[in-house]
Amino acid sequence: MPKLVKHLLLIVLPLLAVFAVAPAVYQNHLLLFNFVIFLILAQGVNIIYGFTGYLPFGYVGFFGAGAYGFAIMVMHLQMPAALAVLAAGVVGVVLGLLLTPLLRLTGAYFAIANLAASLAVLHLVANPALESITKGPYGVSLTGTFNPTLAYEAALVVLALTLGAVVYLRNSSFGLALQAVREDPVSAAMAGVDVVRMRMVAWLASALVAGLAGGVYAWYVSVFYPDNVFSGEFSIFAIVFALFGGVATILGPIVGVLILYGVYNLIGFTTPQYFQLIYGLLIMGLVLFLPAGLMSLATRRGWHVP
Amino acid sequence: MSPDAAPILNVAGLVKRFGGFHALDGLSFHVAPGEILGLVGPNGSGKTTAINVVSGLYAPDGGEVRFEGQPIGGLASHRLVHRGINRTFQVPKPFMSLTVRENVDVALAYGRARTAPPPVAQLLEDYRLGEVAARPAADLNSAQQKMLDLVRALATAPRLLLLDELAAGLNPAELDWIAQRIKALAAAGMAIIVVEHLMGFIEQITDRVIVLNAGRDIFEGKLAAAVKEPQVIEVFLGGEHAR
Ligand SMILES: Nc1ncnc2c1ncn2[C@@H]1O[C@H](COP(=O)(O)OP(=O)(O)OP(=O)(O)O)[C@@H](O)[C@H]1O
Ligand SMILES: [Mg+2]
Repeated sequence: MPKLVKHLLLIVLPLLAVFAVAPAVYQNHLLLFNFVIFLILAQGVNIIYGFTGYLPFGYVGFFGAGAYGFAIMVMHLQMPAALAVLAAGVVGVVLGLLLTPLLRLTGAYFAIANLAASLAVLHLVANPALESITKGPYGVSLTGTFNPTLAYEAALVVLALTLGAVVYLRNSSFGLALQAVREDPVSAAMAGVDVVRMRMVAWLASALVAGLAGGVYAWYVSVFYPDNVFSGEFSIFAIVFALFGGVATILGPIVGVLILYGVYNLIGFTTPQYFQLIYGLLIMGLVLFLPAGLMSLATRRGWHVP
Repeated sequence: MSPDAAPILNVAGLVKRFGGFHALDGLSFHVAPGEILGLVGPNGSGKTTAINVVSGLYAPDGGEVRFEGQPIGGLASHRLVHRGINRTFQVPKPFMSLTVRENVDVALAYGRARTAPPPVAQLLEDYRLGEVAARPAADLNSAQQKMLDLVRALATAPRLLLLDELAAGLNPAELDWIAQRIKALAAAGMAIIVVEHLMGFIEQITDRVIVLNAGRDIFEGKLAAAVKEPQVIEVFLGGEHAR
């Protein structure tokens, strides 16, 4: 059996199946939905950071832009929700295209510029002068399309697409070439790889993923403010989850979300007073002792991690 | 060597500036298919810079680079690779976290070799990397990493190969071995430019040398003749020894 098929059957399908039946046996629908959203976003970070080395500190910019793209399509064009989610993906890609000059920067400079870009988009959307289009700082209310069950299913479809993309990257010479670019762009060019184009494709793919996620999120919550969907927590969480598990793998970001977001909610429910403290210590421990993520425990022993 | 063959690479009056400093200052040379050309000169004379410009890492600030008759100055590296130019690096640059075999696989998949390169397994065997094929490139020593650079280049089946101090750090037995390998590549029709400080090695494999000083070619011909040239002796030994 080719590895790609194996990864789809043994990782992607079971994960999707669990989240597809979970709402029937577990009451907290919103929590399940948030898990799915973070699984998508962590894999989106994986695509751009794990495979190309660009740390997207302003990743939420695409997510928020997607959410507002969805809202605008629904409010002004009366677009059906499913179609508006696709439009949200397009908005993410268009924003990604506008921001491609950032790819000339590297390291911390890229991370900071990306963060600044996401804040710029937030302030544009929240600008009272644009109230007629975005409802400015007053937030949107999309009661017409409110349907958590369908929105949850749409999120699962987006998750399936995202995981499919990551499985492809993990098993194709395209994904290998991206990693080559991450390791050494000059040498990658000497292997015949068009470095600029590869970075662009990965960047737009991760922007698409976040835009789609923002679209389903807007569909699900239906009432939100700019500060909700542009909250820096989305970027930070997605990055921390992906790094905790280990990037450039399929499994790493999944394990990262399941463990860290699981613990996050567990502490939140049981001992909210220590919440920040415990969570902070956990992340510090990660950075100090496992900088390459949980999966590196296995790769260090020479095991292959899908 | 096929001295009658038309040059595959023609460099004329090449200029490359870094700020106000002229790293290349009117460099001219050519190399023909099947020929091994040595590029020698003191530290900082512009040898690596010449390779960097020919391989598309830097765009020239003046002069002309022609490959198979076409001007190629300023073309992106990956396009030059697709046309049949490749190189190794003075400080080896493999993809550290990828395995040795994956390093080569990238070049096989993206190099667009016009003629089929040898199978990976054979390439790795030929350059003594067979046993470490599944290891990350970071585990290799510097000499092995240079061989990996070379194998990655060969996986794109280049017609012009630029070797920047490939032999530095090899022991005498390894030097002999790699000299034979390079000669075999040239015998099969590849044009090869060798940058090296080891004069014995240059003597052993090159047909002709270009001596560089301060970004300019000051001598062209056999190495044996070069070492008798006062100007060459002067740049290698410094002013006070020459007279
Ligand atoms: N990217 C760069 N920026 C600024 N100066 C540079 C750059 N690359 C090379 N130089 C300068 O250009 C000159 C030529 O350097 P180059 O590396 O081509 O020399 P070389 O002949 O390869 O020397 P070596 O034998 O030490 O490898 C040197 O003075 C070097 O400092
Ligand atoms: Mg040099």
